[in-house]
Amino acid sequence: MNDGSPASLSTGQRLHPAGLLAGFVGGLPQLLFPGAAAVYGTRSSDLGAVPVIAGVLLISLAFRWLRWLRFRYITGPDDVRIEQGLISRSARSIPYDRIQDVSVEQRPIARLLGIAEVRFDTGGGSGDEASLAFVALTEAERLRDLVRARQSGDAVAAEPGAAAAAAPTAPVYAMDTRRLLTLGFYSFSLVIFAVLGGAAQQFDFLLPFGWSDLAQLWGMAEQRGVDLTQFSRSAQLGGAALMLAALVAIGIVTGIVRTVLAEYGFRLDRTPMGLRRRRGLLTRSDVVIPVARVQAARITTGPLRKRRGWYALHVVSLGGKGSGEGSGEADHVAAPLARLDELWPIIAAARLAPPAADQVFHRARSGAWIDGWLLAMGAASVAGALLWAATGLPGWWIVLAGPALVALLAIPRGLGWWRTRYAVDAEQLYARQGWWRQQQLIARQINVHSVTIAQGPLLRRRRLANLDFGIAGAALTFHAVPLETARAIREQVLALAAPVDFSEL
Amino acid sequence: MDADELTALHLDYRKVLRLRGAIQALVLIALAIAAELLLPGPRGLFVAIGAALGLWLALISPARKFNRWGYRLSEDRLRVISGWLFHSDTVVPLGRVQHIDLDQGPLMRRWNLAQLTLHTAGSHGASISLPGLKHSDASAMREAIRAHIRDGRA
Repeated sequence: MNDGSPASLSTGQRLHPAGLLAGFVGGLPQLLFPGAAAVYGTRSSDLGAVPVIAGVLLISLAFRWLRWLRFRYITGPDDVRIEQGLISRSARSIPYDRIQDVSVEQRPIARLLGIAEVRFDTGGGSGDEASLAFVALTEAERLRDLVRARQSGDAVAAEPGAAAAAAPTAPVYAMDTRRLLTLGFYSFSLVIFAVLGGAAQQFDFLLPFGWSDLAQLWGMAEQRGVDLTQFSRSAQLGGAALMLAALVAIGIVTGIVRTVLAEYGFRLDRTPMGLRRRRGLLTRSDVVIPVARVQAARITTGPLRKRRGWYALHVVSLGGKGSGEGSGEADHVAAPLARLDELWPIIAAARLAPPAADQVFHRARSGAWIDGWLLAMGAASVAGALLWAATGLPGWWIVLAGPALVALLAIPRGLGWWRTRYAVDAEQLYARQGWWRQQQLIARQINVHSVTIAQGPLLRRRRLANLDFGIAGAALTFHAVPLETARAIREQVLALAAPVDFSEL
Repeated sequence: MDADELTALHLDYRKVLRLRGAIQALVLIALAIAAELLLPGPRGLFVAIGAALGLWLALISPARKFNRWGYRLSEDRLRVISGWLFHSDTVVPLGRVQHIDLDQGPLMRRWNLAQLTLHTAGSHGASISLPGLKHSDASAMREAIRAHIRDGRA
């Protein structure tokens, strides 16, 4: 195919042919919809649906076969390579040293056929890893042994049982009932109405009456001369106040119930394995967050909570296995409601440090925001004027509607911008943002995997830039930083991070 | 510190960009003609807009994009600069690469070009892509980066 390619199609290994069958059977549910469409489409023709369905199945099988033909994997001296693609060719190289785990999975059909799916987990944040579906079971075992043997004598992680065996000590953080209820109070939620509304729409065939009946009732009432306006003003106001009070009460109760269910008996311990968190009333969850995998800490609060001195702490950890909350979960609540001075010991236990008391936080430059605002105002004015000219609506004030809306939307944006700050010290990065949901992110510079300086046309005009740090599990951006500062910070961070290989973290 | 030490992409990649721009322009102009026939409005408005955008996509934008693109592979990091309207300047330390992709689309294959993508463990902007390399250069870079991963550990 390609002369320059060191590993070409002729040298690699194919997947197991029986995998075609397993993949085909496994993919049948996906063909349900096209199949149904085919049946529906041909219901009036004499031919009947059978040939069409057969055609769909055949095409699916043919594609699978083509893909199988063009798929090779090679186990080289340093890496596993996977080459695939019908029209676009893609070759992926996964160094053995980066493979965190090899999983061998057999679903029922695969088990019948004696084949297995092999997945290489590189512990990366991006979900799309490498998988071989399917190879013979013996080959799967060979691959797993090969990868384990190639990995240069890494210390094996402690057994999971070790955590439970640890002597009982005082927790790093725990929540008593009073605090649990306080948290429930802050978790005010009207989500129940969304759920009820959704359920009502979904299952309205189960209701003893239809929505149209309700409208009819209203109409009948009006016909008989019952009119809301004939109630006295105070009765109307009282009704409205009652409604509001009921709404608030329901919101608070929902919040408390949900919080108690999720956070009951919340307890965070420091174990040799890492931070161990237990919580939950009905479903008790027990998660160990390995300290070595912690990438950043996030302190969040809101305007109300902050006034009372309450904060929450989240720990961002490297995704992948072991979290017990699904592989995508990388953000763990370490303390749902705590005072700041209770948070610092937890942060220290996660091997992060609070910002120094005299740490200077820089504000995002306002110029970029003002430019954007002016641009939006201009665009809204032009759009309004065009609309007015095109439709010939009588009210000229419509020209002002767009700019007014932009001005209104600008208020929360501006407040958010005001709160956006960043700071750098010798080892860590700090970013604050948000006006309603305030958060501060603390990350070690050594955990930065990439740095991007990004500039749009507006930022460039003012010699500003956004500085994006690639951290597993969290978005860390310094907004509207002077370009020279951004470059200096990048150099500093890279000087610290680049010499350290991922496996040494 | 800035652009002076960058390596440019292979000149053939400009052809790929032009061809890609031309295809996009053709699709756009076809859509504009369809809109002209189907939608009411001043005569020629859609076609004029479509043609202007198409010309931009096919003739002006590819060269500008190409000229801004560049990379530098130094001892322990890869830096890629790209974007004409929206600049982006990314550095990935080689020690943080998780896996490496080498991709060839049909257009790129025509000139034996390839795109090198380095994936890191970061979850936002986790990967860095470098298109428009000769296939042999791209695989040489891949080998060099992989060797670095090996050495970094030893």
